[in-house]
Amino acid sequence: MNAVPDLRDVVASARGLEKTYRTPGGDVPVLRGVDLTIRRGESVAITGESGSGKSTLLHLVGGLDAADAGALNVLGVDLGTATDRERAALRRGGIGMIFQQFNLIPSLDVRANLAFQARLADRHDPGHAAALAEGLGLGALLDRYPEQLSGGQQQRVAIGRALAGNPPLVLADEPTGNLDEATGDAVADLMLALVRRQGSALVLVTHSPRLAALCDRQVHLRAGRLA
Amino acid sequence: MNARLQRWRLVLGALMSHWRRRPLQLAMLLAGLMLATTLWSGVQAVNAEARASYAIAADRLGTGALPRIEPAGGARLTTADFVALRRAGWMVSPLVEGRLRAGAARVSVLGIDPVTRIGLAPGGPAGPGTEGDLGAFITPPGLGYAAPDTAATLAGADLGGLRIVIDEDAPANTLIVDVGIAQALLGMGDRLTALAASAGQPDGVPPLERVVPGLIRTDPQGGAADPAALTDSFHLNLTAFALLSFIVGLFITQSAVGLAFEQRRGVLRTLRALGATRGEALGLMAAELAVAALVAGAAGIVLGWAMAAALMPGVAATLSGLYGADVAGSLQFRPGWVLSGIGMALAGTALAGARGLAQTARMPLLAAGMAAPWAQATRRGLRLQAAGAVALVLALPLCLAWGGLVGGFAALACGLLAAALLLPVVLDAVLRLASRGARGVLTGWFVADTRQQLGGLSLALMALMLALAANIGVGTMVGSFRGTFTGWLDQRLSAELYVTARSEDEGRRIREWLGPRSDAILPIWNAEATLEGQPGRIYGVADDPTYRENWPLLAGAPGLWDSLAAGRAVLVNEQLSRRASLRIGDRIDLPGGAMPIAGVYSDYGNPSPQVMMGLDEFSRRFPDAPRLYQAVRVAPDRAGSLAAELADAFDLPAGAIVDQAQARRVSLQIFDRTFAVTAALNVLTLAVAGVALLTGLLTLASIRLPQLAPVWAAGIPRARLARLDLLRTLLLAAATGAYAVPVGLGLAWMLLAVVNVEAFGWRLPMQVSVPLLARLALAALLTALAAGALPALRLARITPGRLLRVFADER
Repeated sequence: MNAVPDLRDVVASARGLEKTYRTPGGDVPVLRGVDLTIRRGESVAITGESGSGKSTLLHLVGGLDAADAGALNVLGVDLGTATDRERAALRRGGIGMIFQQFNLIPSLDVRANLAFQARLADRHDPGHAAALAEGLGLGALLDRYPEQLSGGQQQRVAIGRALAGNPPLVLADEPTGNLDEATGDAVADLMLALVRRQGSALVLVTHSPRLAALCDRQVHLRAGRLA
Repeated sequence: MNARLQRWRLVLGALMSHWRRRPLQLAMLLAGLMLATTLWSGVQAVNAEARASYAIAADRLGTGALPRIEPAGGARLTTADFVALRRAGWMVSPLVEGRLRAGAARVSVLGIDPVTRIGLAPGGPAGPGTEGDLGAFITPPGLGYAAPDTAATLAGADLGGLRIVIDEDAPANTLIVDVGIAQALLGMGDRLTALAASAGQPDGVPPLERVVPGLIRTDPQGGAADPAALTDSFHLNLTAFALLSFIVGLFITQSAVGLAFEQRRGVLRTLRALGATRGEALGLMAAELAVAALVAGAAGIVLGWAMAAALMPGVAATLSGLYGADVAGSLQFRPGWVLSGIGMALAGTALAGARGLAQTARMPLLAAGMAAPWAQATRRGLRLQAAGAVALVLALPLCLAWGGLVGGFAALACGLLAAALLLPVVLDAVLRLASRGARGVLTGWFVADTRQQLGGLSLALMALMLALAANIGVGTMVGSFRGTFTGWLDQRLSAELYVTARSEDEGRRIREWLGPRSDAILPIWNAEATLEGQPGRIYGVADDPTYRENWPLLAGAPGLWDSLAAGRAVLVNEQLSRRASLRIGDRIDLPGGAMPIAGVYSDYGNPSPQVMMGLDEFSRRFPDAPRLYQAVRVAPDRAGSLAAELADAFDLPAGAIVDQAQARRVSLQIFDRTFAVTAALNVLTLAVAGVALLTGLLTLASIRLPQLAPVWAAGIPRARLARLDLLRTLLLAAATGAYAVPVGLGLAWMLLAVVNVEAFGWRLPMQVSVPLLARLALAALLTALAAGALPALRLARITPGRLLRVFADER
């Protein structure tokens, strides 16, 4: 049984989360009652086998999908009742997202991609963006387009984009899954260092035990439940 | 609010940056919209100009808003009748209408009485004669008012000293003079064509019949001679053509928009993941399309203006040749068609973007950026298309049963749309069959790959099919028309010479002079008459083998020429027969008494009803008809010298003697000029379809590298892949062309058997032209070659690095 957290410290809180996907072959339950609390500034790794519900949990926390049952509060927003507009506002202002596929905007250059979410949230700080770009080793690549970058470089841009607005919560879905081991390690180290420096909370979905070990806490999902 | 605006700017910037990276796609989107708007607004500009000409004519001539009093059944209306009516208290004003030859051109002459005309419609335009020197207007040689173009046409013509005054507001191709001057110019003696009457007559005026018997009163816009009503069919025809071209242009837009939506799925997902709302994404994409529509629409309107200006002389020739309506050959700016063009551009874009926007609205946030399902012809989609086609085919007989021009065009639209929807279904079935018989691994891949691409190309192929079918349909119709018209001319112009005298006395002397020098003289005299409620003409013709052997009869009773010569029966033209539902044996009311109909003859190019009777009977009934015109039979090799001798002997002016070859040549020239507009629209539609195909191919080329890269890696060189791509385009175009042949012939049949009968009152036999089909087959292949060359060239020159990246991206 978890201790009752200090609510001022909690950035995300899930109670009894359930999610089932309806497919032509029948219903596929993915989450079967998940309780999870993320505190300010902590990094949490979610591990588990493929299909265990890791990414689904992350998507629910990010307001990208809605749970079928349970309570989920992220940065003070009750996602059980939030409208599409409120979820969008939460993602825009409170959450930085890092995807396995990078998901950069291909028609914008690195500089515009880096600043994109911060500007979307009206929190663009050119000095901070420049420092992030330098810290990520992107200083010489600012005028390039995503297709002109390697996978590792693209993921560094995605990390920069997620952090540029100083969000209190960063969600990363297999951020090194598309990178080779050496590049992945370098990117992961950089991401964790920057997240900690900013004081953001990090929820990281990963298959990598090494990456998970770098986080403050690990939770393991098995068949839709926290093990 | 500022933050929100900033956000919208950012999201819009991200969405629009797609176009910056794909300028060709943007060009195609704009080109599609622009071409669609060009063709639509160009035709609307032409229509607006023509309708404005009719309105000017109606306002200026007093023929539009005022009731008319005309002689019934060919009775005469004279100046004395007008005076009698005025004395009896009737508010009427005399009108004289006719056509005057001025060199090679013919100009309408309108004679009015400015004094009595003013009292008919108080507050209306005063009109010519009242605005200047009234004395000079009504006193010979008089003043004539004409638009600048008409005045230029009349320059140098012998008008008996008439002074021409430029009047910018005068109707097109019309000379307005005093009624007495018009009678003199047209050689009408004291005859009047009609009286314009005040809508409200004073109380107590005696009935019309009691003052002057044999007159009828017609309300404005009620007569078949109203040019606006007569030419409705022509304008509807043009509008239908423009709509077809618009739809073909929209296919290009739909292609580009659809692809852009698909390619931006990933970006949309990212934008929404980063905090843009669904409403913002949808609204901004719609706004982006609206801006594109406005930009391309404005450009389309400018081009449409240019197109209309180029087409206008041809349209004026058509309206004059087919309907006798006078329309200015130049173009003025009219807000109506500009707004209609912008409206159509916006509506068309909404239509083209609706699918993409609806998909975006429904797209779950977590849906993967799927690899171009846009380009896949799903089985469900094909089934839906087939079902839609069946529904349209079922609706076709309902449209035909509805009747009228609108019903005819609706039936055409159903047929064409059904055929277009079925094209991908048929091509898919053919390719499925071909895949069973395909031998060899490369052939098998080629057929399977072609089938996979069908979805992406289907819109472009439908556009090509519609353009080809329209070309075949309209080309066959015009060809049938021309073939029939040529044959009809040969029959109708069977005499070697046609001579017009300047006076009855000269006519008599000419006939006496020609007597010993020719094989036969065939007087052709005519009189105006109201036939079954419409203004028309009655001809008196001699009994001669020339008619018996050559006249273009559609139907005839036994012994009809004997009955005609004996004054026991008449012939009527096809228009009169169809409009008044008159058949052989029916009786028709004529001046001097009703007569039975013994035959119906074809009379193409004439909008008015016509009756033929024996010359003796004509002379008995119309003793005052001018006897000026005659045909002359002579050995063909003597025709030229006889014409020269005749001109010398009587000092006849140029144009008084017309030989058969010249008449035939001039008639065919007028005919060809008449259909120049149709030919131009045909070419434009085919060109737009070519652009649609190019768009489809270019967009497909950009997303199908993953299908080509493995084949290249397996050992097929890029150049060979490019050749195969070009071959595929040509084969698809050839198949589409073959499919378009029956569709086009069906369209031609509908045009000839339904639309033309409704529009003109004639039915033409359909003549399928193999050279036309061959020419269009070649055009289809050349269009496909032109459209396929660039994508094939780009494929042949693609770097191995780009192909290798396909494998890298698939990690």
